[in-house]
This record gives sequence, C-alpha cells and structure tokens, in this order.
Amino acid sequence: MAQFSQERLGALNAAYARCIDNDEVEAWPAFFEERCLYVINTADNHAAGMQAGVVYADTRAMLRDRVSALREANVYERHRYRHIVGLPVVLGEEDGAARVETPFLVARIMRDGATEIFACGRYLDRVVEGADGRLMFAERVAVCDSRNIDTLLAIPL
Amino acid sequence: MSHIDIAASRRSWEAGLTRVPYWLYRDRDVYDTEQKRVFRGPTWNYLCLEAEIAEPGAYRTTFVGDMPVIVARDEDGELQAFENRCAHRGALIALDDGGKTRDFACVYHAWRYDLQGNLRGVAFQQGVNGKGGMPPDFRMEDHQPRKLRTAAVAGMVFGSLDEDVPPIEEYLGDEILERIERVLCKPVEVIGRFTQTIPNNWKLYMENVKDSYHASLLHVFFTTFNLNRLSQQGGVIVSETGAHHVSYSKVSRQPQPNAEYSAEKLRSDKEGYALAEPGMLDGWDEFGDGVTLQILSVFPGFVLAQIRNSLAIRQVLPAGLDSTVLNWTYLGFEDDTPAQRRMRLRQSNLTGPAGFVSMEDGAVGGFVQRGIAGAEGEQAVLEMGGHGIETQENRTTEASVRGFWNAYRGLMEI
Repeated sequence: MAQFSQERLGALNAAYARCIDNDEVEAWPAFFEERCLYVINTADNHAAGMQAGVVYADTRAMLRDRVSALREANVYERHRYRHIVGLPVVLGEEDGAARVETPFLVARIMRDGATEIFACGRYLDRVVEGADGRLMFAERVAVCDSRNIDTLLAIPL
Repeated sequence: MSHIDIAASRRSWEAGLTRVPYWLYRDRDVYDTEQKRVFRGPTWNYLCLEAEIAEPGAYRTTFVGDMPVIVARDEDGELQAFENRCAHRGALIALDDGGKTRDFACVYHAWRYDLQGNLRGVAFQQGVNGKGGMPPDFRMEDHQPRKLRTAAVAGMVFGSLDEDVPPIEEYLGDEILERIERVLCKPVEVIGRFTQTIPNNWKLYMENVKDSYHASLLHVFFTTFNLNRLSQQGGVIVSETGAHHVSYSKVSRQPQPNAEYSAEKLRSDKEGYALAEPGMLDGWDEFGDGVTLQILSVFPGFVLAQIRNSLAIRQVLPAGLDSTVLNWTYLGFEDDTPAQRRMRLRQSNLTGPAGFVSMEDGAVGGFVQRGIAGAEGEQAVLEMGGHGIETQENRTTEASVRGFWNAYRGLMEI
C-alpha cells in the first residue's frame, strides 16, 4: 500500500517545479503515467463542469508533443517560469491513488527582465505509485484562479 | 507649426488599400473615433450565444467595443440588449458574467431595470417622511441606458447601436452566412471559455485573422503536419465591401512535397518533426465537404474558426491603444458522442492562448506594436495578390486584409 505522506508529495511537487523552471521540460512527461490526464483550465470552467482546457492531454505522448512543439514548432519570446508550490493536502485515497490538492503560483520572467505573476491556482491531482516505487501523476488538472491569460501560454504550468 | 498642423501631418493616409500608416495603431483620437464610428456605428457586434441565455431571465454581460452591455432573454423569450450603465450615475448595472434574474438593480442607489433595460424603480422617489425625493416632473421613461438592436444568426446573438444598420443577413451577405451556418448547423454546447489579453491594437489582430498569407509561414505546426499549406486546395472569400471574410482549405493527410515551399527554405517547414500522438489530428469530416480549416471573420470583431474538429468563437475587444481582449468560447455540439467530444477536447490544443496553431498569433501583434514605435510616418505594405479585395481561389494574397481596410476607411471616413 503506497504511502502518500505530505513529505513524499512535497518532494514530487518540488521535482516537478524544478524540472520546468530549470528548463528541463524534456523530463516533464515522465512525471505522468502513460495513460494520464493533464489539463490547464480555469476555476470558472472547472466549477461549471466544462472540460476543455487551454492545454488538454490524455496520454504521455501528447505531453511529449507539447515539449517538441515548445522546442521545435511554436514561436514565442524567450521566457522562464518560477513555480512556488504550496503544501499538498490529501483529500482522500482510493484504489491505490491519492486525490491531492496543492496551491501554486507561477511568476513569468521575460527576456527583458519583466517579471510578473503569470498564473496562480491549485493543482487537482490523482497521484499513484509507479512500478519503480516513484510517485507519479495519473491526473494533474491545473485550475487557474483567473480566466485571463496574458499573451500566450507556451511552457506548461 | 500649430498643434492642428502637427496632427494633420502625422495623420496622412494615401488613397487605396495597399498602404497602412502606422499611426493608425497608436493614436488616441483614432481609438476614440473607432469606438463611435466602428463599434457603435452601423455594424453588428457579437454578444453571446443563444444557448448561453436560453431561458427567460437569463443574461450575460459583454461589450460592444469598450462599452459594457447586458444581453438578456426577456419574459416573452425575446432577445434584449442594453448598455450596462445605470441611467442615474453611470455605474455598472450588472456585475456578474451572467446568471438568471427577474430584474436588475444598480448597487449604488438601487435603481431597478426590467429585462428590456427599462427603468422601473427609483429608490425613495417620493422621498422619506414626505421630504426629499425626485421632483414631481421626473419621468422614469425619460431615463434609461441606451438600447441595442439585436439579431440572432445560427444560434449567435449580435447587437448594434445604430438605428440604420442593415438587417444582419444583408450585412453578412449570402456567402458569409452560408459559411457560418455550415459550422453552426445544430445546437451547440459551450465546453470552455478563456480570455486572452494581447499586447497590441485590436486592428493588428483582425488583420492577422484575415491574413491567409502568414498562416503557413508563422505557424510551423500547420505546415509540418499538412494542416494548412498554401499549395492545398482552398481559397479566400471576401464579402462585397471587404468587411467580412472566409479562408478555407482542404487537407489531405498525404505528405505534399512542393517546390515553392522547398525553395523558400522556410523556418516553418521542418523535416523530421513528427507527433508522438498523431491520432490527435485524425478527426472526422463532420460537415461532409472535406474542408478541414475554415477561418471566418465578421467586421469589426468576430471570428468563427473550425480547425479540423475544434470549433471556437473569438470576440475581439479593444482594451486600449495597445491592448486587446480575446474572449474565446470553445464549442461542441449537444449530440456529440463521447468519442467525438474527446476528439474535440484533444484538438482544443490547436487553438486558444496555448494553441499549437494559434499561439503565435497572440505574440505577433505585439511584435508589430513594438516594432512601429517611432514609425508614425512609415507604413505597412499590402500588395500580395494585387490591390483589390476580390474573392480568390488561392490564399497567397492579402485581399481580405485590404478588405478590412476598405470597410474601415468607409466607416471612419478617413
């Protein structure tokens, strides 16, 4: 039986944030199971049960496509994120998975130095323990508090 | 040189449609005049979907240009739209995005309005304890927010502040109307709403929407995956005055080697770039005509886009000289099967602020806005595909962008 302690979940989130913020997004899909759900949505849509996301991926392969598009295809000005991830709260456990809610805040740093809060909200996760004993995301829905996105969203939250 | 002379020299614009002076994107007087002559002029502005205000008493708050508007369905099921401004002191009447109500009460002094926007109650009109109150000759019917004409097209609600605006079918013309009805052919369901704020003048965004020339050059995703290449079967339909447009193409999934693309050595034409999940682009021919991409705009600020099976409406609202708000409404149909809905959710990745295809459009207007600082006397060149605004069987043209300026110059009288 997997243990979903706050310490283990905190370490998972720390590694996740570090991967994105240190520009190592190639490693980002590995935080998810092969069949997974990763969605960026708004609090309004989430409350209304609307499923479409500004990003919607239901396989790890789709996450890999996000990374290759970020690196090869899409055009945007160079920028970085800094995630500040709060303490995870375990809402419940069933079938070996934990439902976890974790607040996040993401600052965006543009190439000219302009730094602003780009997004804040909560991650609604279903966390499982992989075969190798690592915790992974079966689901991660980033529910943004605001419905507004400034200019564009290229790097994942 | 007097102030007026300075203004005049800054604002010259030669006749025709192949040059666009950059001061048009940076001038406060132009912005204010646009609000009056374009958005509040003889045009139809997208307000909401009928499905969003299906029941009597349902309403949504929206904008015509930068003017706040309430659109509601009244007790008789009729569509009503009026300014979201209390006739008393000008405060917003409704503060939420939408909801259901029997009437509206301004929070400031509790003046009450019915669903048609008529003033129905003035708090303490007769005074308190026989003192104060409105003068005896105060008549509520003399005070109300401005009302809009409304029209419903294919389940969408449009509004106009102009008494003499042509009926919407005439405004759109048969070709545009047909292409709207092609997509919105049955009851829709909203599957997501997003707002995107972009750092440029609203006209730069509308030009981008109407510019079929840029699509496969700026957007690698389109080109690499054969979603949209100018060599594909397709074309541009421009409405009579140039105000509205449709750009469309039919995609075959077979690779399409093309001499012009290879010769240009385009950044957007990348060999060896493949999707790990190509099934995301499969989709199905839901409109039965093989058209896999249709971008349609209605002047001044409405876009309906079909990119394979992702369907979305964009409401384009000016929010200052160098700021534009895009309100995205992602759509599905009520009768979508679970598999179809999943495909739409997956293809929602193509569109919106994080869209594989549309992401760049959020940024490129800002590149122009910043690039033209200090270039008030310079101008953009629009000569691809000639000088006219006629419908063309190819998309290597800026005809529909010129069409935008033809409609714009007509309304602005410049």
